[in-house]
Amino acid sequence: MANPEPRIVVIEDDPLIRRFLRTGLGSHGFEVFEASTGQQGIVEAGVRKPDLIILDLGLPDMDGVAVIKAVRAWSSMPVIVLSARSAEPHKIEALDAGADDYLTKPFGLGELLARIRVALRHAAGGSEQTADGVFVSGSLKVDLLKRLVYLDEQEVHLTPIQYRLLSVLIKDAGKVLTQRQILRAVWGPSYAENAHYLRIYMSQLRQKLETDPTQPKYLLTESGVGYRFKV
Amino acid sequence: MTPPDQRPDPDELLAKVERETAKARRGRLKIFFGAAAGVGKTYAMLLAARERRAEAVDVVVGWVETHGRKDTAALLDGLEVLPPKRIEYRGAMLHEFDLDVALKRKPSVILVDELAHTNVPGSRHAKRWQDIEELREAGIDVYTALNVQHLESLNDDIGQISGIRVWETVPDTVFESADEVELVDLPPDELLVRLKEGKVYLPQQAQEAVKHFFRKGNLIALRELALRQTASRVDAQMLDYREDHAIQEVWQVSERILVCIGPHALAERLVRAGKRLATDLRAEWIVVYVETPELQRLSAEKRDGVLRILRLAEQLGAESATLSAPQMSEAIIRLARERNVTKIVMGKPSRRGWRRWLMGSVVDSLISHAHNVNIYLLGSPRNRRGEETAFERSGSRRGVLPGLGQRLAGRKAGYYRGYVWAVTVTLLSTLVAKLMFGRFELANLVMVFLLGVVFIATRFGRGPSILASILGVGCFDFFFVTPYLSFSVNDSQYLLTLLAMLAVAMLISHLMANVRSQAKVASHRERRATVLYAMSKELAASRSEEEIVCAAVRHLYTEFSSRNVILLPDASGRVVYPQGKSLSESLLGADLGVAQWVMDHDELAGQGTNTLAGAAAVYFPLSSHGAVLGVLALLPVNLRRIFLPEQRKLLDTFLALIVQAITRVRLAEQAKTSQLQMDAERLRNSLLSSISHDLRTPLATIVGSASTLAEDDGSLKPADKMELSRAIYDEAQRMSNLVNNILDMARLDAGVVTLNQEWHPLEEIIGTVLTRLKKNFDQRPIQVTLPPGIPMIYVDAVMIEQVLINLLENAIRYTPPDSPLEISAETSSFAVEISVADHGPGIPQGLEERLFEKFYRVRHESAQSGVGLGLAICRAIVEAHGGSIRAHNRPHGGAVFALVLPLNQAPPEIEQEE
Repeated sequence: MANPEPRIVVIEDDPLIRRFLRTGLGSHGFEVFEASTGQQGIVEAGVRKPDLIILDLGLPDMDGVAVIKAVRAWSSMPVIVLSARSAEPHKIEALDAGADDYLTKPFGLGELLARIRVALRHAAGGSEQTADGVFVSGSLKVDLLKRLVYLDEQEVHLTPIQYRLLSVLIKDAGKVLTQRQILRAVWGPSYAENAHYLRIYMSQLRQKLETDPTQPKYLLTESGVGYRFKV
Repeated sequence: MTPPDQRPDPDELLAKVERETAKARRGRLKIFFGAAAGVGKTYAMLLAARERRAEAVDVVVGWVETHGRKDTAALLDGLEVLPPKRIEYRGAMLHEFDLDVALKRKPSVILVDELAHTNVPGSRHAKRWQDIEELREAGIDVYTALNVQHLESLNDDIGQISGIRVWETVPDTVFESADEVELVDLPPDELLVRLKEGKVYLPQQAQEAVKHFFRKGNLIALRELALRQTASRVDAQMLDYREDHAIQEVWQVSERILVCIGPHALAERLVRAGKRLATDLRAEWIVVYVETPELQRLSAEKRDGVLRILRLAEQLGAESATLSAPQMSEAIIRLARERNVTKIVMGKPSRRGWRRWLMGSVVDSLISHAHNVNIYLLGSPRNRRGEETAFERSGSRRGVLPGLGQRLAGRKAGYYRGYVWAVTVTLLSTLVAKLMFGRFELANLVMVFLLGVVFIATRFGRGPSILASILGVGCFDFFFVTPYLSFSVNDSQYLLTLLAMLAVAMLISHLMANVRSQAKVASHRERRATVLYAMSKELAASRSEEEIVCAAVRHLYTEFSSRNVILLPDASGRVVYPQGKSLSESLLGADLGVAQWVMDHDELAGQGTNTLAGAAAVYFPLSSHGAVLGVLALLPVNLRRIFLPEQRKLLDTFLALIVQAITRVRLAEQAKTSQLQMDAERLRNSLLSSISHDLRTPLATIVGSASTLAEDDGSLKPADKMELSRAIYDEAQRMSNLVNNILDMARLDAGVVTLNQEWHPLEEIIGTVLTRLKKNFDQRPIQVTLPPGIPMIYVDAVMIEQVLINLLENAIRYTPPDSPLEISAETSSFAVEISVADHGPGIPQGLEERLFEKFYRVRHESAQSGVGLGLAICRAIVEAHGGSIRAHNRPHGGAVFALVLPLNQAPPEIEQEE
């Protein structure tokens, strides 16, 4: 990476949470810039050229989703949103607007750091797949060039749609994808509202890839929001 | 100090204060009162108006008739005159006082001339005095003018004096409610001079009659009446004053007068006499009509006449009543006793001489049975015949029930059938008698004729049976009594036979007719009772206002064959059509404006009434204790079905039942709301106590540990620091859960949660839950058993996950750390049952239900955390999904919590790839 100290802009109105993030992230080698309003945050994002933005959805002056849209107008830097529980529709809105990931308050520093790492890695163009187009996670191996899937070195037969679904999730492994995003990517825009398609195929995929579909290791459900391939 | 016995009665004072505040809110009415046209009432009124205007009062002329008199017209100069309303009536353009413009303009004082005026058909009210009432309701003071001859109670007397009857009258109540009456007096001689000079306006067409009216004798009598009327008002005011100031020679007479009327010409005079007596004695008065079986046979016109008189009595301030009883005197005595009547006013007995002696009269039996009651008898007028026709005529002419006349036709069809039958049966009897003739005694032949008469009497009533008896006697005489084929009688003993036969036939027919009519009355009553019972039963079973309204509309339709609708006010008090879909019996297109008027004034309006008679339907207020709950709009097929006394009574009973039912439902709702409020109050209290305990405990740990860390001077070992941090973290996590639970419950209670139901595979839901709780499980074995091919369920996944999380967290909290937990599901065709089972101590006996109550915990103040909301949240969520949740113990130890979710629809199909 070019910059040894990754920069993060924190847009959050609560001073105590800002303090927690500043100390927490600072001690893990991040340079933190703070903004307490959406407007200020957009300015900071433009001026500081950060590597990542942490954005609270409940801001006093403007909607967090509007901040994301403003940032996305000129940059694809990763955005992680923070929000209270039971605000699933709001989270989905933020993710569909271009946020990369979300965290529900209250959260621990460990969770946040994990999300930041995944986001930065995606932003740097890196992913879990190796140079020869083979993706490996645990006992799962996917050969993206030959379109073959192996579990414990045994080939698993997937239907075209099942494979497409898996590859979409793998492409953004570690990152949460909303149902709408997945449906668009796998079935096309006209299927964006047919969430039950996604659930049925996801269920089929789990039957084939997970040892216990009720305690999945790879294909996690983000309740009320979407899915995430766990790395 | 006032001695206690002379102090004014507090109730009386209170009533007076109420009267006065009601008066203060209402506009004041000032009447310029005169003996005849031409005395200068309008002039005096305009002068008064100018004076008020000089005092800078907002005076407006609503309607003034100057009749082209220059000096009067001159007084209008400089006064604001409202534009008249132009109404087209039968091709002519008529001008009329515009009530709406006046109400909109809302001046302090308005002048509206000619209080007795009858409005052009199509106006809101039939009479101008009603317009003025509405102006006063709106708080506007009114100046108006009135001639003595237009006063309702004097109308009769003046008619007799002057020979001219005016049809435009004003109820005495309006006159009495006036705040001020100014007598405009002019000696008859001067008036006659003015008349000669042409200063008195006379309508062109009636010049002669009116000239007749302006005779000196007439004018003196009218002047006397006007003066006396004014004087009696002053008298009444004096009395009020004396009561106010406790100057009393104990004058608390509670007189009550009962006026008995019948379907005769005297009725109207009886009512007026009663009114005068009541006014003089300051007594309450009741006008009663007793309907005996005989009277029920009266023609419709006569019964409408009675109805009209009862209305008139109400207008004059009486209470009216219609009683149904076989005996008039009994009913009157009963009413008199019930209501403590002191005086009875009635007509002189109509039966005279031997008939009165033989059959008695109502008056006689009243005199012998009613003690302590004074009876006043009013003589019948001499030309009975003439007056009677006047009575009948008046029904349609006075327009109390406009349009009623046209609707009364019909029913005459089957009328002549009885007579045809009478002739036929007599002919048959004659034929049979002819066959018997010679072989049997003549007495037996008589029996055959009698049989025929009885038959006709039972089937067709009095008229045909009398015809049959006369024909029978005739035929018997003609054919069977010597000389044959002649009406003369040789043997005089046959004369007796003939007379006896006629008498028996008449008697039988009379008895039969009575029996028939009583049977009819009885069956009528029974039917009415059945109808009322059916409706009251259904109303009693109704649980909501909509149900009541539907039931009421249907029953009203069945009974009165009239489409109808019940209009209830919305939150802002405007009557609106009910929200639901209309019934086939519903009246569509009721005039909401009229309904609103009825709602605001608690009076009936619409067709057949004095107010807004142009409306197609009749509008009844649904009121109880002065509060109007709504309005019934009814489109009558036939006005008589609604306004005949017994029908009206039935309708009133219907309305009372409906009002009662609505009131009952509203009270029940109120009780429910207050119960809910009490529950909420109780909950708030337990919430406060729970929170105070459950939030303070973790807070104590957090504050303690954090302060230790913050104040560390380097003496803490790294392991201790770690320990303290962990404690802070754990406790904070616990608090976070608590707060989440409280917030969830609050949102569920507030009803702001809407289910976001979608199709989800159950295994995915369970998977999400297990992933989230992974840390909490530690080493605990979890076993999930799902039957293969379990269908997707239609739920709000986030919420059902919350349910399972709560159940599992409970299980973790209350069972040993290494005991296994089991999650399983079973499906039937209608439901899916998801169970969470543990191997812990189980649920204490009898608490299976209580567990799900808010803030309920098995052990209070225990070390276990949680506010006791977890299971309450579970139940709320599951019930929101239409399912149920319950808990029970397993036979070999441990508890099971099972939630049942309905499978109402088939899950969506998707096309298979493989």
